[in-house]
Amino acid sequence: MFYRLHQFAEQRAFILAIFILLTVSVGGIVQIVPLFAIENTIERVQGVRPYTPLELAGRNIYIREGCYACHSQQIRPLRDEVERYGHYSLAAESMYDHPFQWGSKRTGPDLARVGGRYSNEWHVEHLVDPQALVPASVMPSYAFLLDKRIDPDDIADHLRANRAVGVPYSDDMITSARADLLAQSDPNADTTDFLARYPKAAVGNLDGNPANVSEMDALVAYLQILGRMVDFTDVRIEDLTQ
Amino acid sequence: MNYTMATVLASPMDRPIGSRYDEDVVRLFVIAATFWGIVGFSMGVLIAFQLAYPALNLGSEWTTFGRLRPVHTSAVIFAFGGNALIGTSLYVVQRTCRTRLWGGDYLANFVFWGYQLFIVLAASGYVLGITQSKEYAEPEWYVDLWLTIVWVVYLAVFIGTILKRTEPHIYVANWYYLAFIITIAILHLVNNMAVPVSFFGAKSYSAFAGVQDAMAQWWYGHNAVGFFLTAGFLGMMYYFLPKQANRPIWSYRLSIINFWALIFLYMWAGPHHLHYTSLPDWTQVLGMTFTIMLWMPSWGSAVNGVMTLSGAWDKLRTDPVIRFMAVAVAFYGMSTLEGPLMGIRQVNSLSHYTDWTVGHVHSGALGWVAFISFGALYFLVPKLWRRQQLYSNRLVEVHFWIATLGIVLYITAMWVSGIMQGLMWRSYDQLGFLQYSFIETVAAMHPYYVIRALGGVLFLIGGLVMAYNFWRTIRGDVRQESRDTSLAAPPVAAE
Repeated sequence: MFYRLHQFAEQRAFILAIFILLTVSVGGIVQIVPLFAIENTIERVQGVRPYTPLELAGRNIYIREGCYACHSQQIRPLRDEVERYGHYSLAAESMYDHPFQWGSKRTGPDLARVGGRYSNEWHVEHLVDPQALVPASVMPSYAFLLDKRIDPDDIADHLRANRAVGVPYSDDMITSARADLLAQSDPNADTTDFLARYPKAAVGNLDGNPANVSEMDALVAYLQILGRMVDFTDVRIEDLTQ
Repeated sequence: MNYTMATVLASPMDRPIGSRYDEDVVRLFVIAATFWGIVGFSMGVLIAFQLAYPALNLGSEWTTFGRLRPVHTSAVIFAFGGNALIGTSLYVVQRTCRTRLWGGDYLANFVFWGYQLFIVLAASGYVLGITQSKEYAEPEWYVDLWLTIVWVVYLAVFIGTILKRTEPHIYVANWYYLAFIITIAILHLVNNMAVPVSFFGAKSYSAFAGVQDAMAQWWYGHNAVGFFLTAGFLGMMYYFLPKQANRPIWSYRLSIINFWALIFLYMWAGPHHLHYTSLPDWTQVLGMTFTIMLWMPSWGSAVNGVMTLSGAWDKLRTDPVIRFMAVAVAFYGMSTLEGPLMGIRQVNSLSHYTDWTVGHVHSGALGWVAFISFGALYFLVPKLWRRQQLYSNRLVEVHFWIATLGIVLYITAMWVSGIMQGLMWRSYDQLGFLQYSFIETVAAMHPYYVIRALGGVLFLIGGLVMAYNFWRTIRGDVRQESRDTSLAAPPVAAE
C-alpha cells in the first residue's frame, strides 16, 4: 500500500510535491500552533512591561552586536543554574521580546538576570575594556558605543512597529517616546511620569557623560532591566504552572 | 598563459557539439561553491582565533566576533552549501530526467546571480550590524523578500524540469532535492514573518515573541539542518556516490522508507534545542521523542549509502574521491547518532550552552556536508570542463588527509572543552558551594580553543588545495604522478 502510494507519486511531480508539503507540515502545526492557543503557556505573573524607548534602543544594539551568540538569557531550572544566576526564567519574562534572546551558547555567562547586579559604571568600564576588569575574558571591546549617538526622532516608529506585533504600548507611551528616551539618561530630568509608565527603569547618568544619549546609555539601560521586572517575592508556585 | 576568467566560464561555443544539457550555469555554481567555501572556512578560522585571542577582534565595530559569526555561518551553510546544493541539483535533475532545464539558461542564470546577490546583501548587512538575531535566519526583511523571489524561481526551474522529463520515474535524488526546496521555502516564510519599522529602514520586529518565537526559530533552525544540510545533501549522495562507485543504489525500498520517515520526523525535533527552557514540558518531551526516532531513518540513509559501495570497496584504496564520499557517509552516521543522544533531556542538560554543541554541528558540517560536497565537486569539475581526469589525484589525497585531520582536531577539542565546561558549571565543593566562578571555566577553555582553531586552519588549507587542483584541471593540465600505476584510479565511465 505504502509502496504503491509512493510509486504513484514518484511518477507525478505535483503529487509528489503535495505529499511532501503535507508530510512536513504536521510537526510544525502540532508543536507551534497550540503555543498560541493554550493559555497557560505563559505564566500569570505581575510586573512584565514593555521596554522603555531607551531600553528598546539598547536591546536593538544588543541584537546588532550579536551578543546572543555568546550570552544566553534563559536560566534553566537546574540547581547550579539557579544558584549561579537566580530564579529560573519564565516564559512571561520574554513575552514582549520580538524576537526572543534566549540564545544557545554560553561563551560568556547568562544575562537573564544581570540587571541590578553591577553598577552602571561597572558596565561602562567592562564594555569599554572587558579585560581590564576580567583579565581572562574573551569578550571584544565595545568602546565605540560611547561615541555613537541614539537618534531620538524615529524611536516612536519603533514603538509603533512593536505595537503592530502585539506589544501593549499605549498611545501615551508612543506620544512621549522621544521625551522618555531623552529623559531616562538625563540626571536632571523629572522622571516621575516616566517611571509611572515604566516602573523599575534605570534612570540617571548611565554612561558617565550626561551631554548626549549614547548607544552606551541605551545598552546599559537595557542590561540593567534584565530579569528585574517580575518581583519573585510575590510569586506563588501555582502561578508558575505551565 | 593567456588564460582568463572568460575561458573558465567557457562560452557555449567551446562546448563539444551535442551537449544535451545546460551546463554553463552548473559551472558557475561549482566555481561559486569553491570560492564561498574558502571564504566561509577563512571566517571560521578568524573567529575561532578570536575566542582564543580576543585582541583579534581588532577593536573595530565591524570585526567583532558577534558580527562576524553570522558571516561565517551564512558563508558556509548558505553560500558554500547552498551553491553546492543548487548547482548539483540542476546537474542531477537534467541527467536523471534526460531533459534540459525548464526556463533554459535565462531562468537558471537568474537563480545563480540572484542567489549570489542574496549572499552579498546578507553578509554585508551582518558586518554593518543589520541582523534579525535569529540564528541561521539573520538576514533582515528586505533580504528575506529577495531570497523568496529567487527561491520561487528555483523551485519553478526544478519542478518544471521534472515535469518535462523523458523518464517515467522521478529519481530518488530528486525527491530529496524537491523536499529540500519546498521545506526551506515554508521554514523561511514562517520564521521570518516580521513588521519593518519603515519602508526605507533595515530594521524589523519579529511577528512572534518570547516562547512562541523560540519555538518557531528552532523549528526553523533544526530543519535548516534537516533539510538544507541533510535532505539536500542526501540527494547529492544518492546521485554522486553511485555514479562515482559505478554501482546501483543498494536498496530502493530502503530509500523510500527513509525518505518519508526522515522528512516527517525531522520537523518534530526542533524543541530539543529548548530543553529545560520556558518552553512547556509537553513540547520538549514531544521533541525529544521524535529526535530519538529520527536516529532510524538517518542511519537507514547512511546504511544505504555505505552498502552501495559493496562490491566496490577496493575503490576506497584507489579513488580518493570515493574516499571523501564514504567518509562523509560515516560522519553522517556518527553525527546522527550523537544528535539524538544530545537531544535526550538529561544529556542536553550537560551539553546545552557548551562547545559540545559546536563540535556536534561541525562533525556534521565538516565531516558530512563539506566532504560529500567535495566528493561531488571533484566528480563534476572534469566532467563539466570536458577533461579526461583531475589535474592530480594525489592532491585529492592530500586534501582528504589534511581535512580529516582538521576535523578530528576540531571535534575532539570541542568534546573535551564542552563536556569539561558543562561539568565545571555544575560542580560543587565539599561545603556545598559552586566550585568554579564562570570566568574560571572560560579560562579553562583556552587550550582547546587554540587546538580547534588549528583544526580549522588545516581544513582551510585543504580547501585551498582543492581550489588549486580545480584551477589546473580546468586549464587542462595533468600532473605526472609517480605512484604505482596499478593503483591509479580507473577512468570513470563517461556519461
